[in-house]
Amino acid sequence: MAKKRIVTATVNGREEEFLCQPRQTLLEVLRNTLGLTGAKEGCSNGNCGACSVVIDGKAVNTCMVLAVEAEGANIETIEGLAPVDGLDPLQEAFLENAALQCGICTPGFIMSAKAFLDENPNPTEEEIRFSMAGNLCRCTGYDKIVRAIQQAAETRCAQSASCEKETV
Amino acid sequence: MATIDETRTAEGSEETPKYKVIGTRPIRHDGSDKVTGRALYGADIKVKGMIFGAVLRSPHAHANIKSIDTSKAEAFPGVRAVVTSADLPEPGDKIAELGEGAVVLNHLSSNNLARTKVLYKGHAVAAVAADNLHIAQEAASLIEVEYEVLPPVMNVLKAMEDDAPVLNPDVRTEEASTGETGDKPSNIAKHIVFEKGDLEKGFADAKYVVEREFRTSTVHQGYIEPHVATVLWNNDGQITVWTPTQGTFSVRSQMAELLHVPLARVKVVPAEIGGGFGGKISVYLAPAAAVLSRKAGVPVQIVMDRADVLQATGPTPGSFIRIKMGVDADGRLTAAEAWMAYEAGGYPGSPIGAGAMCVFSCYDIPNGRVEGYDVCVNKPRTNAYRAPGATNAAFATETVVDELCEQMGMSPLEFRLLNASKEGTRRIDGVTYPRIGLVETLEAIKNSEHYNTPLTGENQGRGIGSGFWFNAGLKSAVTATVNSDGSVGLLEGSTDIGGSRTAIAMQFAEAIGLAAEDIKPAVVDTDSVGYTDVTGGSRVTYATGWAAYEAAQDLKRQIVSRAAELWEVDPDLVSYEDGSVIGPDKSMTFKEIAIELSLGGEPLVGRGVSNHNEPGGAFGTHLVDVEVDPDTGKVDILRYTAAQDCGTAIHPAYVEGQIQGGAVQGIGWGLNEEYWYDEAGSMRNANFLDYRIPTCYDLPMIDPIIVEVPNPGHPYGVRGVGEVPIVPPPAALEAAIYDAVGVRMYELPMSPPRVLHELLKKES
Amino acid sequence: MPRLFIPPLLKPYCKGAAEAVVEGTTVREAVESLDEMYPGVKERLCPEGTLRAGLAVTVDQNVTPRGLSEKVTPESEIHFLPAIGGG
Ligand code: FES
Ligand code: FES
Repeated sequence: MAKKRIVTATVNGREEEFLCQPRQTLLEVLRNTLGLTGAKEGCSNGNCGACSVVIDGKAVNTCMVLAVEAEGANIETIEGLAPVDGLDPLQEAFLENAALQCGICTPGFIMSAKAFLDENPNPTEEEIRFSMAGNLCRCTGYDKIVRAIQQAAETRCAQSASCEKETV
Repeated sequence: MATIDETRTAEGSEETPKYKVIGTRPIRHDGSDKVTGRALYGADIKVKGMIFGAVLRSPHAHANIKSIDTSKAEAFPGVRAVVTSADLPEPGDKIAELGEGAVVLNHLSSNNLARTKVLYKGHAVAAVAADNLHIAQEAASLIEVEYEVLPPVMNVLKAMEDDAPVLNPDVRTEEASTGETGDKPSNIAKHIVFEKGDLEKGFADAKYVVEREFRTSTVHQGYIEPHVATVLWNNDGQITVWTPTQGTFSVRSQMAELLHVPLARVKVVPAEIGGGFGGKISVYLAPAAAVLSRKAGVPVQIVMDRADVLQATGPTPGSFIRIKMGVDADGRLTAAEAWMAYEAGGYPGSPIGAGAMCVFSCYDIPNGRVEGYDVCVNKPRTNAYRAPGATNAAFATETVVDELCEQMGMSPLEFRLLNASKEGTRRIDGVTYPRIGLVETLEAIKNSEHYNTPLTGENQGRGIGSGFWFNAGLKSAVTATVNSDGSVGLLEGSTDIGGSRTAIAMQFAEAIGLAAEDIKPAVVDTDSVGYTDVTGGSRVTYATGWAAYEAAQDLKRQIVSRAAELWEVDPDLVSYEDGSVIGPDKSMTFKEIAIELSLGGEPLVGRGVSNHNEPGGAFGTHLVDVEVDPDTGKVDILRYTAAQDCGTAIHPAYVEGQIQGGAVQGIGWGLNEEYWYDEAGSMRNANFLDYRIPTCYDLPMIDPIIVEVPNPGHPYGVRGVGEVPIVPPPAALEAAIYDAVGVRMYELPMSPPRVLHELLKKES
Repeated sequence: MPRLFIPPLLKPYCKGAAEAVVEGTTVREAVESLDEMYPGVKERLCPEGTLRAGLAVTVDQNVTPRGLSEKVTPESEIHFLPAIGGG
């Protein structure tokens, strides 16, 4: 068995050091070593998005990343999203729009949507659908998820002046 | 696009009582946990000291097991236990009632760990528990199984042939309702017949007759959370199972029957469940995990991967259906005949009975005959999937109806209005309908903006389809515990897949006169609440909601008598209205009286149970616009509207969600999803890349129209909502494709290669 | 008097009849009454006195969880149908 390695990464704003085997995925380490079970395992091969977290600003399927590759990375997971005394606008919007049924896809969707809205604060419906196509939901038919992301985009725009209105 | 509020039309509003809580859209009680990642689903459960299991699965679709040698796996460092079917008790020939139907225990047991034969690729043969998953997987691969490979039977019609290899030597064709069985083993497990009127005369009266054959592929429920079970077999013989399931009590009975232990020794703790759709009722992992735990002396967790899920769980049957229907010169149906064969998978039990009852359920037909067969093939044992059996059947019937309409030159919507089932219509199986809402869904579509906006583009087409599903009653229990500040804890046994905690709490709140937020619903384990059947059959909001209503009535009775005692007045002079207990000269709100009563006397605990008749069921009608790419055969959905009779929508947002989610599953079934098998019976697309469920990029918004025809048999008029919306989509899509490009599709899925094939055939 | 609809596959045991007018105030009594007309039918529908596995009873418009114990009125219709499970 290959030797274990020590990896250092920033997880939800705190520096974490963990021991892992070279064959372990980042998803496995997040869930089993760091106890962050918000990222879910739906397929283990990059096709469902349930394991999405944000790494260095990009949404990433952690089942497709080896834990050793996370050395030095800045990892944001669903557990670190909400402020201490409330919820993130995306979380609020998912609740208000009933954008979850069973909820297993929800952390992945929210993290993917966060990375997406950080990059494109004022997206069209088409852009949302295109960018979220890597996250599968079997319960909702996506309608309410798309609406929740639209609402979150509006809230985030209203909260920060940095949101440029698109000129068509 | 209709906004959410505009889509809600309260039909029949003169009878609809005004509610305070019902019909509002509170934030679900478990919402915060689910958007912050705190909610614990099956694989998130960690039990102290637990080790990990891996299952060895058959590489063959059909084989005899000659021998299993586990010695190398047992000797592998880090391995703590290895089990095979020899570690499960002999099941005998018992048939057990397990909540949602009778189960042949030998089949259930053999499906968990194969005994003498493997009947599909992926069939579990042995299991290993080890210090970690990687060791368990490696050790499992060291188990040596000697197989005698047999020819696989992958197609329902082939399986019915006289000389087909027989899967189960103990299965003989049973005639439903007489119990007569055939004289030799057969893949045909069951034969069902319904008849009404005089079929020959009916067809003689017809001016137009259409007869067609349909094939549908095997599809999977496709829940995103794979199956998981964590089991501790304790030293004292107590077994605890932590698992995401649609029915904790059903898991308990299955474990008790399969392991030969008393019910009281099994406790099932529900994890949050990441989707089920009918596929998380049967046990797959828990029995093996239990015997592994007994051997290892510590808890064992087994998690499936996606390939296991697709190859060894679910799916819903592929089918062959022949439909013949006739109409007279006025466009009235005179006769209908169906011949249906459903694939059961490795062991008997396809939803052929339901399919046969649903096939003509949307129409008033004077003469009819339906014949159905349950047939074993070398695929995973099928399980319920949202309105099991109905979608296949509706695809066939509705397509024939569309062709009849074309021949008559009649609008498909007007045809349906003329022939629709209504109160008093007798189905082919003989039962008449109580008050139902099919006509109302048709009218809702007729009046929709969508229907009244013509399509103009090239290669675009519009289709309509209707569908029906039943509404199970079954048993539910709810306990309401009143806190000393007047808030209420609601303990329930119905696991919550899509927001049902809140829908149940809302009915309780309505009945007792509180706000939804004052109630704290909790889904608890089998030791902590009364017996409750599965979350399935569209029953939870209806039946567990009814139990919650009864718990509220029980509390009200107690409050009235206790208030009378407190006020020293005759109980007859005290009543409970609108959230307050009212005496001759005093009244107190629920909160006030709860606080008062908490100071002395017994605690206030309300009890509610239900096991009611199954009401008339529900109907939906869907309208879809598509555009077909003539060069590739790809079908794009431009617009989608789904009308459904929901009785009373308790939480309209979650009712819309059920309609949207069900419609999209139906769209996936109609356009893309299928199991591809090779000659050897091996599934070649056992992953989410190749078994392609719809993504958000494949879809437009799905506009739901909630039609409310209250169910007269429920205190709040609730009807089951969850299952109907999967039924109409393939049929509606077929009609739309025909309207767009003039080719008929008689096989599901209507994937690009198939549509292109038909287009090219038409051209040449 | 209640009408009992005879499932098509059971007709050969009932001289081809599609339905029968029976006596009784419960489904059980109705089946017994049918068995008097067509001896042996009861054993088909309810071997050993319980409803055959896989069958459900519908009285009038609704499937009943009470099976053979369900009450029937003189106006009732009784049907025997496949028991179904939902998703
Ligand atoms: S589990 Fe990572 S994409 Fe599915
Ligand atoms: S809510 Fe269940 S998978 Fe998305």
